[in-house]
Amino acid sequence: MAHAATGSSEQYNYDIIRKFTLMALVWGLLGMSVGVYIASELAWPFLNLDIPQITFGRLRPVHTTLVIFGFGGSALFATSYYVVQRTCQTRLYSDMLATFTFWGWQLAVGLGALSYMLGHTQSREYAEFEWPIDLLIAVVWVAYFWVYVQTLKRRSQPHIYVANWFYMAFILATAILHIFNNLAVPVDLFSMKSYSLFSGVQDAMTQWWYGHNAVGFFLTAAFLGMMYYFVPKQAGRPVYSYRLSIVHFWALSFLYMWVGAHHLHWTALPDWTSTLAATFSIMLLLPSWGGMINGIMTLSGAWEKLRTDPIMLFLITALSFYGMSTFEGPMMSLKSVNALSHYTDWTIGHVHSGALGWVAMVSFGSFYHLIPRLYDTRLYSTRLVYVHFWLATIGILLYITSMWVAGIFQGLMLRSFDEFGSLAYTFVETVAFLHKPYVVRALGGAFFVSGVVVMAYNALMTLRKARVEAAELEAKLAAKMARA
Amino acid sequence: MIKHESIETNAGLLIILTMIVISIGGLVEIVPLFYINTTVEKVEGVRPYSPLELRGRDIYQREGCYLCHSQMIRPFRDEWLRYGHYSLAAESKYDHPFQWGSKRTGPDLARVGGKYSNEWHVAHLLNPRSVVPQSIMPNYPWLLETDLDYSDIAERMRALKKTGVPYSETQEEYDRNVAEFGAEVADKLDILNAEENLMKQALDNDYDGQRSRVTEMDALVAYLQVLGTMVDFSKYNEGYFTEFR
Repeated sequence: MAHAATGSSEQYNYDIIRKFTLMALVWGLLGMSVGVYIASELAWPFLNLDIPQITFGRLRPVHTTLVIFGFGGSALFATSYYVVQRTCQTRLYSDMLATFTFWGWQLAVGLGALSYMLGHTQSREYAEFEWPIDLLIAVVWVAYFWVYVQTLKRRSQPHIYVANWFYMAFILATAILHIFNNLAVPVDLFSMKSYSLFSGVQDAMTQWWYGHNAVGFFLTAAFLGMMYYFVPKQAGRPVYSYRLSIVHFWALSFLYMWVGAHHLHWTALPDWTSTLAATFSIMLLLPSWGGMINGIMTLSGAWEKLRTDPIMLFLITALSFYGMSTFEGPMMSLKSVNALSHYTDWTIGHVHSGALGWVAMVSFGSFYHLIPRLYDTRLYSTRLVYVHFWLATIGILLYITSMWVAGIFQGLMLRSFDEFGSLAYTFVETVAFLHKPYVVRALGGAFFVSGVVVMAYNALMTLRKARVEAAELEAKLAAKMARA
Repeated sequence: MIKHESIETNAGLLIILTMIVISIGGLVEIVPLFYINTTVEKVEGVRPYSPLELRGRDIYQREGCYLCHSQMIRPFRDEWLRYGHYSLAAESKYDHPFQWGSKRTGPDLARVGGKYSNEWHVAHLLNPRSVVPQSIMPNYPWLLETDLDYSDIAERMRALKKTGVPYSETQEEYDRNVAEFGAEVADKLDILNAEENLMKQALDNDYDGQRSRVTEMDALVAYLQVLGTMVDFSKYNEGYFTEFR
């Protein structure tokens, strides 16, 4: 009987959030482990083992899909469904539709990963899903949009809280990007293979307009939504500046969509396009730092929390990495810097300072806040949160610094000439140089994954604790009833 | 003066304004690329892939080669010395999707065609370290073991034709290809003879060194050997290309 209370009679739909949170941890663990494995393949190529399904080329999209869409996507579904309910003080619209978004999304991620291993890919980075899965994602996304809008409409507050603006922009932008970047002609109704509608320069521009805004809206705007709820909540203080949040929301939404072409500097894309993209990339620094400042300054007057609260440590460190990588990004979008950094591991390092430092850290912080509330208990161990924090931080630092060394030195080696004006190094000599940075990178990744293992353990024990507490409570109640 | 509060209290307005704000950048940067005439250079020689090359390209995508090899040479001195003339937009105008890449864990392949022998490619794909000791590329032994599946080659070409690639099915389309590419190329682009053409190219060139079979290796090597070989750069002076940049 008591279990029935977790059903539809509750004020909020927490069940869907628990499901997405759990899957975020599962995909995160899997996706990051695949990341460590492919990093190791680059350091020790025998690990490809002559098995087609696990060669670097097929596993790399598995890694990116599982971490971006599996881990990141599930984390966003979970937190957005939580935030929209809490800030609107209303129950999530339609349990059925929400459950459909859960199964649809998990299916898309799982099928995607399997299909890459079997060799089905559109070969568009972060949009490798072949057309049938793209269709599934489109349907799920429309359902997600509908659930979100209908919940907003049912709010018992006149104002829509700022976190919801960011989630909304993320849902809208992802829909546009997904549709236009996946326009393709299937070979046959029963064939997984398709050819993209556009070719060459137009195709490249569309893909990187998508690619960078997957970063901009999926991995940034949406996680800013997460930040705007969980940082003030955990700090127990209101957002630093409401005005700043308005300005940086609109500026960020407008500017991000212009910058994708900085991935195509010095290519056959016309100069006007990439110059425009570089210009907007520089401007983008302002709203990015607006968000960072707004988040970090929310803690002003309560700085001592950094010493006592490891969850706050996660959130504020995430914002610091966000600030760092949104400075590094515009710098790398300068054509002169890009000439060196493009095609090298510097880009990989940059992505991971954002993905591990910002996206993953802010998600971990939010989850540590969220999980006890979802199960109406306290976290199993605060100490383990510290352990996780340091494993993650050491992992990120090893990762980024080794990729700086790899990228910058390879870039310099490739463009150096001897006294006769000939190339000083062959390409493969630079590959040989990369071995040590690649080993350090794999090690950094292993640190990071072990942190997630610690978190998963902590989460599971919290869950168990909640069950025991609930059972005890029930027994007490039953005893009381019996006495009565 | 409209107050921001009116947006914050109206979900519909928030959605509409956000849609407008996020649409502008893409519209300004992408749409003109389809209409500005100088976006793609006018050069002779660039043609759609032959059936065998097309299947090779499919395999290139399947194995995720684009994740470690770019096909986009930039206009720098070191890249000129290492890879050759910088890539033109025209050279990928039949590439659905483009394969420019974003990372060079291995070298650029935009002009790898003709640089190495077929035997070198086969040895390299079977075990890269047998010819380049420090290489970190995976081995691809299954390419030589697997017979090429070309049962749906005509469907593949038809799908590409829908995207605008000039493969021919009618006499009229064939004649148009003869006028544009010459009779020899036009024959290769004919969908009705796709299987025949594929077999013929594989057997004539024997890319994989196994004359009795047509393997995935045949297709992939055929594709690699055509990369960057379509434009004859001696026909143009540099000033011509800079007009398009």
